[in-house]
Amino acid sequence: MDSVIELKGVVAVLGNFPALAGVDLSVERGEIVLLQGPNGAGKTSILRVCAGLMPIERGSGHVLGIDLTTNREAIRSRVGLLGHTNGLYLDLTVKQNIMFWAATVNATRAEVDAAMATMRVDKRLASVQASQLSAGQRRRCALASLIVRRAEVWLLDEPHAGLDAQGRDELDDLLRAAVSAGATVMLASHESERATGLATRIVTIDGGGAR
Amino acid sequence: MSAVRRRRAIALAVARKDLSIEWNSRVLVNQVAPFASIIMVMFAFALDNDGILQRVAPGLVWLATMFSMLVVIQRTFAVESADGALDALRVAGIDPGSIFVGKSMALAVQLFALEALLVAMAVVLYGVEMSVLGLCEAIVTMVVATIGLACVGTLYGGLAAGARGRETLLPLLLLPVVAPVLIGATRATEAAFGSAGTAVSEGWPWIGLLAVFAVLFGAVGTVAFGPLIDE
Repeated sequence: MDSVIELKGVVAVLGNFPALAGVDLSVERGEIVLLQGPNGAGKTSILRVCAGLMPIERGSGHVLGIDLTTNREAIRSRVGLLGHTNGLYLDLTVKQNIMFWAATVNATRAEVDAAMATMRVDKRLASVQASQLSAGQRRRCALASLIVRRAEVWLLDEPHAGLDAQGRDELDDLLRAAVSAGATVMLASHESERATGLATRIVTIDGGGAR
Repeated sequence: MSAVRRRRAIALAVARKDLSIEWNSRVLVNQVAPFASIIMVMFAFALDNDGILQRVAPGLVWLATMFSMLVVIQRTFAVESADGALDALRVAGIDPGSIFVGKSMALAVQLFALEALLVAMAVVLYGVEMSVLGLCEAIVTMVVATIGLACVGTLYGGLAAGARGRETLLPLLLLPVVAPVLIGATRATEAAFGSAGTAVSEGWPWIGLLAVFAVLFGAVGTVAFGPLIDE
């Protein structure tokens, strides 16, 4: 198996606050890795470092072979970070949202259709305005956008937040389907009971370090 | 796909997306246009003299444009922040210069439609008359001034988007910067309208000033938009 994410002794700061204190972490292609730990442990910071949004102060990091210390902007187009918001335009329909993201990467119509099929966005749902969607439907729409953007590594921050039991089960199924299609998933959650069944590996984060 | 073609494709996608949002929500038609119209009517009530209104009509058209523009800019960045879409664009590594160009294009289209309405209202409400040459000059003035306003509006809209109290911050930052457009566009439109015996030919140097402003803020915006939204 080849390593998609490789962090060695990563130290990162948020303002004057030490967010990560020497994280060692390796994620292989096709894994679903759950980062678990209490609020403020550094889960979100790890996702942001891997997305190229947060600089590494000390240590080294590579995502998809790209050096995060020297070339972190280059990684952004190849990873998909989904935080507490979904990044949707609420006045656009689901299809218009997905088509917009498709246009930014010159994706074909077939890719759009495939992404919508993977995320179970049918014709009826595709024509609904994003503002009218439930929390689970918004997540599906956002994940379809990640597929159409051809994101190879999915970094999901509390993806189950705000979803009911059925929505959570659906999301788990969709993430497994995405991994089958070639994606690698790293998700952060403090609701570890929920995500444990989904993850292929669990990493505990505490005090800014991985255990 | 070459880098230039890719940037152009992204800019067009962003512009199309913003115009689709407007088409779906009809905020410009249902809220901003009536707001701009009310401003024009209020000016008429306040001045209440045909001679004065005809003389100051160009300034009133552009003042109404500036006030309405603030609402449009607030709106264009509100849709970006409602569900973290601008962050998503930034995180996805989409070229910020292309986002700037795309958003400026969409804003320009909306402002141009608004200005056309306001000029028509000036003709109807204030009794402004124009020759064919004056009409051509008015259209050129609107096009060039609109490009400048759209560029500077997008730049400052992006700057204020992440700030606390952005609703009040935007007018405070933007209105002093667009003062040259207000002056240049008003003088050029005065020439187009023939206000106070001004000749049409007197407007062209002012259009030149507007063009310089548009080029300057187009270039600055393309370069500076990325760092601004990163902050």
